Amino acid sequence: MAQGDMAQENFKTVQDGVSKRQFLSAAFSILGLLVILVSTIVLLALVVQLFVQGYPRLNWQFFTSFPSSNYQEAGILAAWVGSFLVMLVTVTIAVPLGVAAGIYLEEYGGKNWLAAIIEINVTNLAGVPSIVYGLLALGFFNDTLGLGDSISTAGLTLALLILPIVIVTTREALRAIPNSLREAAYAVGSSKWQVIWDHILPCSYGSILTGIIIGLSRAIGETAPLITIGALTFIAFLPPAPIQPDFPFISFEWLKAPFTVMPIQMFNWVSRPEPEFQVNAAAAGAVLIVMTLTMNGLAIYLRYRFRKGVKW
Amino acid sequence: MPQSSAQALKANPFHRKKASRELKEGLIQFVLLLAGLSCVATTLAIMYILIIESVHFFQQVSLVEFLTSKDWSPLFDPPGYGILPLVSGTLTTTLVALVVAVPMGTIAAVYVSEFASPKVRETVKPILELLAGIPTVVYGYFALLFVTPILQWLYAPIGPILSEKLPATLSESAPWLAEWLQRTFPIELSGFNMLGPGIVMGLMITPLISSISEDAMRAVPVSLREGSYSMGATRFQTAWKVVFPAAISGIIAAYILGISRAVGETMIVAIAAGLQPNFTFNPLESAATITAYIVQVSLGDLPHGSLEYQTIFAAGLTLVLVTLVFNILGYLLTQRFREKY
Repeated sequence: MAQGDMAQENFKTVQDGVSKRQFLSAAFSILGLLVILVSTIVLLALVVQLFVQGYPRLNWQFFTSFPSSNYQEAGILAAWVGSFLVMLVTVTIAVPLGVAAGIYLEEYGGKNWLAAIIEINVTNLAGVPSIVYGLLALGFFNDTLGLGDSISTAGLTLALLILPIVIVTTREALRAIPNSLREAAYAVGSSKWQVIWDHILPCSYGSILTGIIIGLSRAIGETAPLITIGALTFIAFLPPAPIQPDFPFISFEWLKAPFTVMPIQMFNWVSRPEPEFQVNAAAAGAVLIVMTLTMNGLAIYLRYRFRKGVKW
Repeated sequence: MPQSSAQALKANPFHRKKASRELKEGLIQFVLLLAGLSCVATTLAIMYILIIESVHFFQQVSLVEFLTSKDWSPLFDPPGYGILPLVSGTLTTTLVALVVAVPMGTIAAVYVSEFASPKVRETVKPILELLAGIPTVVYGYFALLFVTPILQWLYAPIGPILSEKLPATLSESAPWLAEWLQRTFPIELSGFNMLGPGIVMGLMITPLISSISEDAMRAVPVSLREGSYSMGATRFQTAWKVVFPAAISGIIAAYILGISRAVGETMIVAIAAGLQPNFTFNPLESAATITAYIVQVSLGDLPHGSLEYQTIFAAGLTLVLVTLVFNILGYLLTQRFREKY
């Protein structure tokens, strides 16, 4: 009888322990969901706040006007044109350089010391604060090379900034291609470069594109390094058009033009004391966030699609 | 045989084609190598520029003053060149960011890696990635015009109690405590403080910490989990007592990379922390960080080659050295956790 009681009691203790531990598990599950909910709510609050605040200024006139001291006439024409041209320079430099470096590290580098040095450098550069690139640009492109506060300086700076992103994602894309594909190409007598150019690159371009888009969305929102090179915040003219009506029809004068970009325009409005300009800042922020979120969303979608579609 | 076999081989068109092909291959490899070396060149250029300008700076300002003085006012007369106020501002905002990001990032990582169903995982990851993709200038706006007003509203009933009522009742029994309270807590939270930008910075680096931690926990072999479950452990016990300790070096690496990111973050603090070089570790006060100082000076028209111009390079060198130490630490730790199993 006494033994039966004890067994009952033991059983009860164990049962209590189990339910306590199961409760902890469930409680943590809820905590985890809560944390993720908070992140989502912050994201939502940020977007909603920008759109609600900036809504009155989000009209056609806002996109087609130059900045002005009158907040209702001020617009972002110079900023979005500047952002677009700077991105053009960034893409033309960062993409070939980054993809080439990624190919070298993944397909040729192997285990030699040169590849090791480059690899350590890429890791290291990915962790350098962006404003340091601004100091590099100020000291090197601006002063030493004499490029001045121009679109080309800005494009070069952002290209160097996103280079590690492009290299790393290119390497990951190439690594995902199974060796059997390479072996098959070699087996029919292809040279190394033919294997890469005709087979590996076409198979991995989706993932490489994803990396490029992520890099560009980072570059388009980057502010600090462009402030250091002295990007102007008040520009009431557009750079010379790249396509001219007369011979030789294409002009590169715009590369030397002073500029402003979207995030700098927004920063300028945020730091003004007049509260009216905060509305403009919010409107510019809304445009900026639509641009970066669209690019990020596109990258995420592309990655999802390519991962799903390819079955090696 | 009129011709030697070597000559015959040379005359063979197939052989000529092969030689030209090898030349082309070598050339391509060389060009690709050059592209890779552009990274090395960037690092060298950064170090060269920072060191050259800093050398000029330290020819005029002593290193002792730079490292020990608590007065940073290079643009005033008489100028002060002590980096400590900028360092204290940087450390304080970083600390606030970590207090937010470390618990949130860790919990999110443990949840996503050990608890969530694959479906939840696939929805949560993109949301966190979107959070990391927002431009920092937008986060700065958010800190200044959304988070700080909320903090001011929350602080409004607490401030007078902590800075007036409590010191009044304590002034006789514990005067030092009363004085400390008065000194630490302002009656009203100023529109520029380090708390708001710190919190927002924490929210920004949460995805970074959670994604690296999650990778580290995913690398823990399933057999370890199975062993734990077979002993009757719950998910919670398995996650925290088996998987978390097994992945600890990777998780610490995530924290360190988060620190390095927070130290180098610029626009949030430049917009919302107040730009006042202020030697304080109190997050309720306004202050300037190293990065915010560089932005502030760059906004003015800088005479190139002047001492003011050189201060931003000296500050930049300090920043690079600090982040470099953290990055190397983080890199070493990630290397370790990768090779463990």
